[in-house]
Amino acid sequence: MSESDVRSYTVRLELQDEPGELLRALEPIADNGGNLLSIFHERGNVTPRGHIPVEVDMEATPERFEGIVEALRDAGVNVIRAGSEQYSEELVVLLVGHLVDTDLSDTLSRIEDCGNASIDDVALSAPDGTDELSSARVRMDTHAGAVEETLATVRAVADRKGLHVVEPLAEGGDA
Amino acid sequence: MGAGAVGRSVAKLAGEYGHTVTALADSSGAVVDADGIDVAAVLARKRGSGTVGDAEVATALDAPYDALVEATPTTLSDAQPGFGHVEAALERDRHVVLANKGPVAERYDEVRALAADSRGEVLFEAAVAGAIPTLSTIDSLGPERVRAVRGVLNGTANFVLSRMAAEGLDYEHVLAEAQDLGVAEADPSFDVEGTDAALKCVILANVLYDGGYTLADAEVEGIRSIPGSALELAAEDGRTVRLIGEVSDGSVRVGPRLVPENGTLAVTGTTNIVQLETEHAGQLNISGAGAGGPETASAVLADVGRLPPVD
Repeated sequence: MSESDVRSYTVRLELQDEPGELLRALEPIADNGGNLLSIFHERGNVTPRGHIPVEVDMEATPERFEGIVEALRDAGVNVIRAGSEQYSEELVVLLVGHLVDTDLSDTLSRIEDCGNASIDDVALSAPDGTDELSSARVRMDTHAGAVEETLATVRAVADRKGLHVVEPLAEGGDA
Repeated sequence: MGAGAVGRSVAKLAGEYGHTVTALADSSGAVVDADGIDVAAVLARKRGSGTVGDAEVATALDAPYDALVEATPTTLSDAQPGFGHVEAALERDRHVVLANKGPVAERYDEVRALAADSRGEVLFEAAVAGAIPTLSTIDSLGPERVRAVRGVLNGTANFVLSRMAAEGLDYEHVLAEAQDLGVAEADPSFDVEGTDAALKCVILANVLYDGGYTLADAEVEGIRSIPGSALELAAEDGRTVRLIGEVSDGSVRVGPRLVPENGTLAVTGTTNIVQLETEHAGQLNISGAGAGGPETASAVLADVGRLPPVD
């Protein structure tokens, strides 16, 4: 690994508004060979889910950068965007059907198994009980350019389990 | 041809646009007068006795006219009787203006072939999104410079989804309300299963890609499977669900899709919207009434006005 492999990356995180959260998020970066350049803590700009967005600029080799993103996720830090290339597209789908009977966690891990997406959060709504139709909102991060592939995986997994997928309108759609 | 909401409105408004109605037919009868029928009297008769006149329906096809307005109900596969009316007019070297989607969705290539052998022309602005000037806009831009068309093309389905989202009600409940209001028909399947929106998209694909498409080429999913809970989850995230028709990269697709709640495509009620992605003109959005008698008739009469004189 030569010096010339070092590139600068921007990582966008969402942190809970609790003491020590920022430090917890920065440690995996330093521990995995990232060189911190700047931290922009948007305290005044709370997300709809009550989190505080933080933008971190750093330098690292591509290999180390991958390790950093992995370590951040392992530490439970919500990585919204990382770099300009990797994990850069957020994807939200709705699943409708007998989600509980068809083992929702198995459904989700099959989606992650495709290797292009990591699931950020899942909200389940089963107003008529778990034996009836239920809905889930699944938020994923996918590699840039892998949105179509990820959607195809979601479609295939849902198809096998008799679930409906409501896909987002494609990129370039509604701004 | 056709004396439903659209046909009646065309007949009523034709005079205002400087045209004479020489014949009007519904499914059971016709009235013909080369000097112009008395539209008000004929429509009063239709209200009273259920038909516009005693003459055979076919006599309307033989009447003297420059342009035939085909506004009979849309039918699938053989698209009859609409297709036969188109054929009859073109064989006589007369123009045809369609509000009926069937012939240009299911038998576009045949319609084009007939038109090529005729001095008559075929226009069908009213068949796609009612009053919204979709096809004339595409024509002005040049179909080859339109990369994609997407939009909300069915007012009934949009009414149901937007009411479900706004009121937190279930599909069945909102559908019953829509039927009471006259927004949905007693048999709403054509609208809520996405067929109507798909036919419009197929017509758009035929225009953009120079023919070759029928309903069988469209991937279609309706809105029946969307529970209120799915709309709630979408709303928590600043999104909503709309039945979106999409024509791009040679494919036609209609289905419920997640869109930003306050985004351009999230129109409410029976409003339709057409969004064009163009080569040089960026994104164009046109919204308005996608159905309704006078609204759709205005698109029919705009087409009539575009036609060259026949000899």
